[in-house]
Amino acid sequence: MNLNESDKQLLGKVEELSGENAFSCYQCGKCSAGCPFTEEMDLLPNQVIRKVQMGDASVLEAETPWICASCLSCEVDCPKGNDVPAIMEAIREISLRENFDEVNLNELDASDLPEIALVSNLRKKTG
Amino acid sequence: MREIAYYPGCSLKDTAKGFEDSAISVSKDLGIELKELPRWNCCGTVYSLTDDNLMKQVGPIRNLVRARDQGYDSLYTLCSMCDNTLKRSNRLVKKDEDKLSKINNFMDQEEDYEGEIEVKHYLELLRDELGWQEIKAKVKEPLEGIKVAPYYGCMLTRPKEIGLDDPHKPSILDELITSLGGIPVDFPYESECCGSYNTVDKKEVVLGKTQTITGGANKAGADLIITACPLCHFNLDSRQAELLEVAPSHHPVPVIYFTQLMAVAFGDIDVSGFEKHAIDPEPGLNLDNTVVSKR
Amino acid sequence: MSEENGSETVEIFIMGKKYEVPKGLTIMKAMEYSGYQYIRGVGCRGGFCGACATIYRLEGDYKLHTDLACQTTVQDGMYLTQLPFTPAGRENYDLEELEVSNNSLLDLYPELARCVSCNTCTKTCPQDLEVMDFVNEAIRGNIKEVAELSFDCIQCGLCAARCPAEIPHHHVAQLARRIYGKYQAPDSEHLEKRVEEIDAGQFDEELDELVNLSKEDLKERYENREIEA
Repeated sequence: MNLNESDKQLLGKVEELSGENAFSCYQCGKCSAGCPFTEEMDLLPNQVIRKVQMGDASVLEAETPWICASCLSCEVDCPKGNDVPAIMEAIREISLRENFDEVNLNELDASDLPEIALVSNLRKKTG
Repeated sequence: MREIAYYPGCSLKDTAKGFEDSAISVSKDLGIELKELPRWNCCGTVYSLTDDNLMKQVGPIRNLVRARDQGYDSLYTLCSMCDNTLKRSNRLVKKDEDKLSKINNFMDQEEDYEGEIEVKHYLELLRDELGWQEIKAKVKEPLEGIKVAPYYGCMLTRPKEIGLDDPHKPSILDELITSLGGIPVDFPYESECCGSYNTVDKKEVVLGKTQTITGGANKAGADLIITACPLCHFNLDSRQAELLEVAPSHHPVPVIYFTQLMAVAFGDIDVSGFEKHAIDPEPGLNLDNTVVSKR
Repeated sequence: MSEENGSETVEIFIMGKKYEVPKGLTIMKAMEYSGYQYIRGVGCRGGFCGACATIYRLEGDYKLHTDLACQTTVQDGMYLTQLPFTPAGRENYDLEELEVSNNSLLDLYPELARCVSCNTCTKTCPQDLEVMDFVNEAIRGNIKEVAELSFDCIQCGLCAARCPAEIPHHHVAQLARRIYGKYQAPDSEHLEKRVEEIDAGQFDEELDELVNLSKEDLKERYENREIEA
């Protein structure tokens, strides 16, 4: 597989932010088999990793990293011990670090939400 | 009375007050005083998974500094999200000197943290320090015939490095239920995520999970569900009440904190705080005709 | 430091431009001495109004310092600028209509939940308030504690200017004090009693007397008034 410079850039950034080696994944799909949210996702977790391996920047537009709740079921299931949630977080962070907010605070009705929901959500979804 | 350092976390001072009140009460029964840190801040609730963003580790580590400054070497938690975040941040800085030194340099008004604190969950105190026999001995109102679904969720057992039990087959809540005289119910969603913070911006995802998890507990015959997480509690309790409006055939299953279940079994019913729950737990606990009538 | 016309001076840099000013002046007076005229960003000149927020660094010191221009004396090698206003969103609310709960502060200011407990706000506060602590109390819904911890806030806005989570601390705290004062603080019995007395006309006579005094008599009374220590 030949990666061009921009492919390598995305791959490198995700690996740097997550501290993970994307090629440690051999695409067995156990992460996706155990993920409780695949029904809502546009890409399966293993497909997200595959796109990262290929340096495919379209992964930054995917819904999956924003549905992932860092529940870590993939993390305990991975036979290679890969931290899949950290890869999801790296993809989110690439957007968040450009001052992007996935959740629009100006329009959010927080009246019935407990602090624990707001703190966790805003930590993961605002830049 | 043995004193232990206690980190409540924000929810236990507000939406999950019943969790704290019941924990304080059952601790007294067990000869333990929860000494709240005089000063603490939000742990951040979720552990930061990016390798370079140390700013999000500052909150959790600052709490460990506060505990150390009080002369403690252990800090006990009740909320599973706080427990997870504090333990993981602690683990991070204990194994990475470089990161610890950056955080210490940033927190220039505090004395350097050097990994002096061990973070422990209250359930670990029950299992590892007191033992189930000790719990059993305090039971005044055994939960006879009451079927309880132990909902572990995510943060008590994952990741393996800090989990307090086997992530694939946890048993600590089952053992607690048995010690209290109840019947632990085996149900397939005991460790499945409730949707967590998606409750803010993707409520439909959480409603779906709530239906699956509480529906699964009902199918397994559970009278109620216990949890250690205020966010799971919000999703499974308040969101379940919303679910009932759109899915009237759904059979509601009450959700309470494990310390509230202990409080019921210890006969401390006054501190249970059930009035705040969206799904009334009293029928599930047979409170109307057993414990309450004996009050 | 140097001698100029026989008096000691210090060298300061206002927005990067060098000035020699007499030692011992406040930043505010030093700026005026250097030829600046305050139109905004000045108020009581006594450390109470919070209008004259200043940020500065000292030569050789990496720290960014914050203070009030009317309260801080200039030092040699001070690089400073005024920050008279911090744009910080203040929510519109009608205190009379507000449905008060523990969640009121987070409901109106959900950005509170973005706090990372970095403590920059506390280090920034020229009033030495425990700002991070009251932000944490706000997240926990403890309105009373926010009101008490923020009681001496003068709304200078420096905390909000430096917050990485973009929280408008001073507006949150003001809302907390308003809610606490209106809905939660115990009623002041002596105040209620006094209002009743006023309503009943108990002070009308004394007031009328003052209103009808000549300017000179009023002056004399003012000058000879008894002041409680």
